[in-house]
Amino acid sequence: MARRIRRHIISMTGRAGSGHPGGSLSAVEIVSTLYFRVLKHDPQHPDWPERDRFVLSKGHSAPLLYAVLAECGYFPIDELASLRQINSRLQGHADRTCTAGVEMSSGALGQGLSFSIGIALAGRLDEQPYRVYTLLGDGECDEGQVWEAAMAAAHFKLDNLVAIVDRNGQQIGGWTCDVMELEPFTDKWQAFGWHTIEVDGHDFTQLIDAFEKVKTIKGQPTAIIAHTVKGKGVSFMENNPDFHGKAPDAEQVELALKELAD
Amino acid sequence: MTPDASQREAYGQTLVELGKENRDIVVLDADLRPSTMTSFFAKEFPERTFDCGIAEQNMVSIAAGLAASGKIPFASTFAVFAPGRCFDQIRMSIAQPHLNVKLVTTHSGLTVGEDGTSHQSLEDLALACSLPGFTVIAPADAIEATQAVRTAAATNGPFYIRLCRPKLPVLHDENYRFELGKAEVMRQGTQATIMAIGTRVVAALEAAENLGRDGIDCRVLNMSTLKPIDEAAIIKAANDTGAIVTAEEHMEHGGLGSIVARVLARNRPVPLEFVAIKDTYAESGSPADLLKKYGLTAGDIERAVRSVISRKKAG
Ligand SMILES: Cc1ncc(C[n+]2csc(CCOP(=O)(O)OP(=O)(O)O)c2C)c(N)n1
Repeated sequence: MARRIRRHIISMTGRAGSGHPGGSLSAVEIVSTLYFRVLKHDPQHPDWPERDRFVLSKGHSAPLLYAVLAECGYFPIDELASLRQINSRLQGHADRTCTAGVEMSSGALGQGLSFSIGIALAGRLDEQPYRVYTLLGDGECDEGQVWEAAMAAAHFKLDNLVAIVDRNGQQIGGWTCDVMELEPFTDKWQAFGWHTIEVDGHDFTQLIDAFEKVKTIKGQPTAIIAHTVKGKGVSFMENNPDFHGKAPDAEQVELALKELAD
Repeated sequence: MTPDASQREAYGQTLVELGKENRDIVVLDADLRPSTMTSFFAKEFPERTFDCGIAEQNMVSIAAGLAASGKIPFASTFAVFAPGRCFDQIRMSIAQPHLNVKLVTTHSGLTVGEDGTSHQSLEDLALACSLPGFTVIAPADAIEATQAVRTAAATNGPFYIRLCRPKLPVLHDENYRFELGKAEVMRQGTQATIMAIGTRVVAALEAAENLGRDGIDCRVLNMSTLKPIDEAAIIKAANDTGAIVTAEEHMEHGGLGSIVARVLARNRPVPLEFVAIKDTYAESGSPADLLKKYGLTAGDIERAVRSVISRKKAG
């Protein structure tokens, strides 16, 4: 399935001629694990009040979310080809007004964890059993609002909230340590009052274990720091910041799809 | 005579009533509870109150998440900090998805007074009106503030309600019913129309009274709903009186004056004068001194009316 999702990402962005393949490829295992193994959700009823929520805070990874939603049956797989076209339901960045299954309009980095706190607080008030899972980029954590939210989620003791950071070590300008040092990153989350778990973000077993473990943590939110490789799965895209926000051309699409063949 | 009344206090009390009527009402603030008077609600419903600390961006995005989950969040801070401090969060978390968040801000405009420039919101109406789907209201007194807050709670969609710091004369009686999107005729008149919003409505009435003594007959409209604007009332005023003055505690750019000018330009251009802040920051001072120095008093409105009427005659 991970390979299928990766092929969708390559074809979609290739056809659109723009988009963000790098940070979509790095989080394939994370998002697939959530939708296929962890989340309680119903593609036939995207508004089901008891559903677990997945919030894509790093909204530029919309191609990944769309590929997974389509594979789950939220909309036809054929529709993936309409990414970024006029009148499409698949906007360049995730948009809750256009696409079934998308919880938040993101793309302006830094807002998703706060938005997720609101959902988690509402769930607690309504005594709903759902959990909220929010995917952040590591570069996104340059934003002050992420840390405002980190402080607040711990203050509100939101043990129904899980942040997953796609720690691919890169952002637009290259390595995160060169643009803006984040380390000691896990310590920061702990200092803000979070339980933390570090995993290899491409290892399904570790991810599944982490998501199981999360359910036992009470009285505080959990951050899963998922170590990943940007552009994962395509040799010439791996750790290559050029493919952060640039689509592969026709030749590169062909090469990439060959590497990703089953 | 009814004593002056506080819009903030009216807001705080109305929130408590709403909280009793509807358990989906929740309140957020950013360490300004005693000032915004959301403290009343916090006391009554602590479990439905979320103090986000001094973090306005976080507050408005949390409010959006609550609204996306069926709650009716009221989020409050000073008008200078929202929408200004968290405009992108309001834009993407609330406005674009058209979520049911009510931003109610206090201490707006010049009349926050001595705290000075850092606390004087003179751009907030322009920012709020620029957001598609937002309803924008600045009530003229405490009774209208109560009504506007009740209307916001009962109407789906994002609202921005702008309240002021000082107590204001009470212009309405308890039977007043605020109508969303409708200008209120406060005084009939034939020679010119003063369109005012917020704290300037009482100044407009005073100006009309003074002008009346000199035989100048002015209509006064309370334009409390700035968006959607009551185009019909503006066009009617232009047709009936042929001269218009706008009055607001806000920058000339993007506030009531700009919006009225747009409606007139498209439908019925007539001479128009603006009583507003002229592209400048202000300073510390008492509200009265500030209104005088920056040209927003009843006297300034009177002068603008005389000038617009002479332009009409010259035209
Ligand atoms: C508020 C904001 N500022 C800037 C951008 C432009 N931008 C889009 S993606 C990106 C880098 C994101 O890096 P990271 O969060 O690490 O994402 P990933 O590397 O996983 O793709 C930037 C700066 C944005 N979308 N939002």
